[in-house]
Amino acid sequence: MAEKFDAIVVGAGPAGNAAAYTLAKGGLKVLQLERGEYPGSKNVQGAILYSDALERIIANFRDDAPLERHLIEQRVWILDDESYVGTTYRSAQFNQPPYNRYTIIRAHFDKWFSSRVQQAGALVICETTVNELLLDGKRVVGVRTDRQGGDIYADVVILADGVNSLLARKAGFHPEIKSKDVALAVKEIHFLPQETIESRFNIGEDEGVVIEMAGKISQGMMGTGFLYTNKESITLGIGCMLSDFKCQRTTPYALLEKMKAHPAIRPLIEGGEMKEYAAHLIPEGGYDAVPPIYGEGWLIAGDAGMFVNGLHREGSNLAMTTGQTAARTVLDLAAAGKPFSAKNLARYRERLDDSFVMKDLKKYRRAPEIFHDNSQFFTTYPELLNRAAHTLIRVDGVDKKTKEREIRRNFVARRSAWGLIGDAFKMWRAFE
Amino acid sequence: MHSVVCIKQVPDSAQIRVHPVTNTIMRQGVPAIINPYDLFALEQALRLKDRFGGTVTVVTMGPPQAEVALRKALSFGADEAILVSDRAFAGADTLATSCALASTIRQIRKNMPVDIVFTGKQTIDGDTAQVGPGIARRLDLQLLTYVSRILEVDHGARQIRVERRAEGGVQVLRTALPCLITMLEGTNEMRFGTMADMFRAARAELKVWDRLAAGIEDPSLVGLKGSPTVVGKVFAPKPRALRAEMIETATQEPKDLAVTLLAKLFTQHPRIERELARRAV
Ligand SMILES: Cc1cc2nc3c(=O)[nH]c(=O)nc-3n(C[C@H](O)[C@H](O)[C@H](O)COP(=O)(O)OP(=O)(O)OC[C@H]3O[C@@H](n4cnc5c(N)ncnc54)[C@H](O)[C@@H]3O)c2cc1C
Ligand SMILES: Cc1cc2nc3c(=O)[nH]c(=O)nc-3n(C[C@H](O)[C@H](O)[C@H](O)COP(=O)(O)OP(=O)(O)OC[C@H]3O[C@@H](n4cnc5c(N)ncnc54)[C@H](O)[C@@H]3O)c2cc1C
Repeated sequence: MAEKFDAIVVGAGPAGNAAAYTLAKGGLKVLQLERGEYPGSKNVQGAILYSDALERIIANFRDDAPLERHLIEQRVWILDDESYVGTTYRSAQFNQPPYNRYTIIRAHFDKWFSSRVQQAGALVICETTVNELLLDGKRVVGVRTDRQGGDIYADVVILADGVNSLLARKAGFHPEIKSKDVALAVKEIHFLPQETIESRFNIGEDEGVVIEMAGKISQGMMGTGFLYTNKESITLGIGCMLSDFKCQRTTPYALLEKMKAHPAIRPLIEGGEMKEYAAHLIPEGGYDAVPPIYGEGWLIAGDAGMFVNGLHREGSNLAMTTGQTAARTVLDLAAAGKPFSAKNLARYRERLDDSFVMKDLKKYRRAPEIFHDNSQFFTTYPELLNRAAHTLIRVDGVDKKTKEREIRRNFVARRSAWGLIGDAFKMWRAFE
Repeated sequence: MHSVVCIKQVPDSAQIRVHPVTNTIMRQGVPAIINPYDLFALEQALRLKDRFGGTVTVVTMGPPQAEVALRKALSFGADEAILVSDRAFAGADTLATSCALASTIRQIRKNMPVDIVFTGKQTIDGDTAQVGPGIARRLDLQLLTYVSRILEVDHGARQIRVERRAEGGVQVLRTALPCLITMLEGTNEMRFGTMADMFRAARAELKVWDRLAAGIEDPSLVGLKGSPTVVGKVFAPKPRALRAEMIETATQEPKDLAVTLLAKLFTQHPRIERELARRAV
């Protein structure tokens, strides 16, 4: 006899865990399926955890979640080949609990989250891949796993299977993801003694730093780099649009190697022992690339639904919020005794439209396209900015006025006056 | 047919680091896995069950977290799982471990006679290969170590015939049941459990036996007290500087390169040359 559940959640990343936890707490009979050996084993993330989204699901998560460091300092660097100009924001306010952002190691964090899901009463089964959805006409009635006797039925299925959801594609819910809508990111973890990290970054125990990077490191492609401090390791990585990799014929690995060799970055990871290398896609198509996210008996949450704010490097929080919202929609219908029809599940999309999730995606709607078509933001400007800084700071007997004139001449020579105005306008439209 | 398989949860040694200053093993954050060698033992037991029917019981002595290992064993198709766990077992060496496991198996066979006890060849953390023989001795079981294949089980005659890897060759041995087999690696491949087994494993209530349930009256026989082994010192060996040898050749012709390399190989390993020559005839 095939098993039957109230709800099946596919995937045990932040979206799936938020959904399964909420559903189980709400009293439903929930099955969660994860293809990895354990939750987190397949997950790649920088990673910064934004407290707010998790707090709304598990208020006391700080009691036992494996958190590395809370962030007290954010640096933004625009890099040229040998230099960078940057800003730093550090605040004692960030050192006041409850902390707002933490670095985490996803493998540990996801495992913890999953243990909470299990405590809440959901049945979690790993090392089991869902190969396809079971359909009755247009209605999803269950899943087919890769194991013998693998058909399992449910009233509703939440797809939280991550970027490039194969399941939704196979079922014809959305087309294949476009290479211009996904970034390919690579990252490494370098182990260093805790004291070394704390002295190198001028931080105390449990305090952390983030460095966001843009400029020449992406070699003209649309993309950014990042570096986060964990307890006893440093995560660093870089991601660029997949379509750019395709035309540039560069490999992400070569990009990361070059980034690590940058004179500003090399000393930060010096002496570290590289333990983990991982590559992963990030859905960054933005608002217009969000596929249909609900239908007859199914909902999509997290990366599978393109819910990532690429500019702010937010993903896990959108994943948790969409997972929780999907679950709440299901719970409400279950409580009212209503069927999980597309018409009833449409409430999910309405709720997201009203939340920060869709509002933020909408705000940056034009950003992907603008950055994609204007590589000068990743090449010419970093170079100009760095040269300007160099010219201004270097003391060499040239008077300041002449220096300023030279800087201006450089900018106009490279982009023309109209180009500069146009670029400013584009920048404004991207962030407007 | 009732098999008992002893499995040990070990830190994944591929991911272990030694602390550069204190030289202690850093277990934190290192995933725990079933000792890989024990999976060959478990799969062998499951194959016997496929063929002859019966029951496979898995046993582990370890902390409460070892439950994960047992659940995994159930998901592969084992029928019963027993976690032998008690503070009194902490700090056990091979002697104390063998003692506790032997006593546990004695308790198990009170309910259901045991035909074969399986263990892995050795663990990847302790690496001693002593626990299997230690159990066999205490339970007075015939001992078959480094078994690569079970050729025949004759229930009527209560006999078993196996292949065993020995130095320089393979031995075929016959002995009486019940016996203890330590299984060699690479002899089979763990199956992919069914969906029904996954559900059963996820829902199973595991049996947890403390010292008394495991039938051990005298606490001084187990744990640190029952362990005469003293670890004098732990240190990380210096990595050997393996240096590649550069061999100069006169030409860049692939054939010449191959001949040069083979000549080098043959001078160091004359057996290979003899063997190749023999096969060429
Ligand atoms: C390098 C990098 C850095 C990032 N940094 C940050 C950051 O700092 N902060 C942040 O908030 N976000 C960050 N993100 C984004 C964030 O990781 C994702 O948005 C988030 O993980 C999405 O969660 P999810 O649950 O939707 O998907 P995932 O975390 O990808 O989880 C999906 C799960 O589903 C499982 N699965 C997939 N298919 C199947 C199937 N068929 N059957 C069974 N299981 C299946 C997978 O194994 C996986 O465990 C980063 C991403 C990358 C790649
Ligand atoms: C150098 C050294 C240092 C040690 N240091 C410590 C220490 O600091 N603290 C400490 O507590 N212990 C320590 N031990 C003990 C050791 O880790 C084991 O607990 C015990 O000795 C088992 O031996 P083994 O791992 O070599 O198993 P082996 O004899 O190699 O195992 C053979 C088979 O026996 C079975 N088996 C082994 N152990 C178990 C088990 N627990 N449950 C079920 N089946 C099992 C498995 O099938 C396994 O494949 C040390 C041992 C050595 C050799």
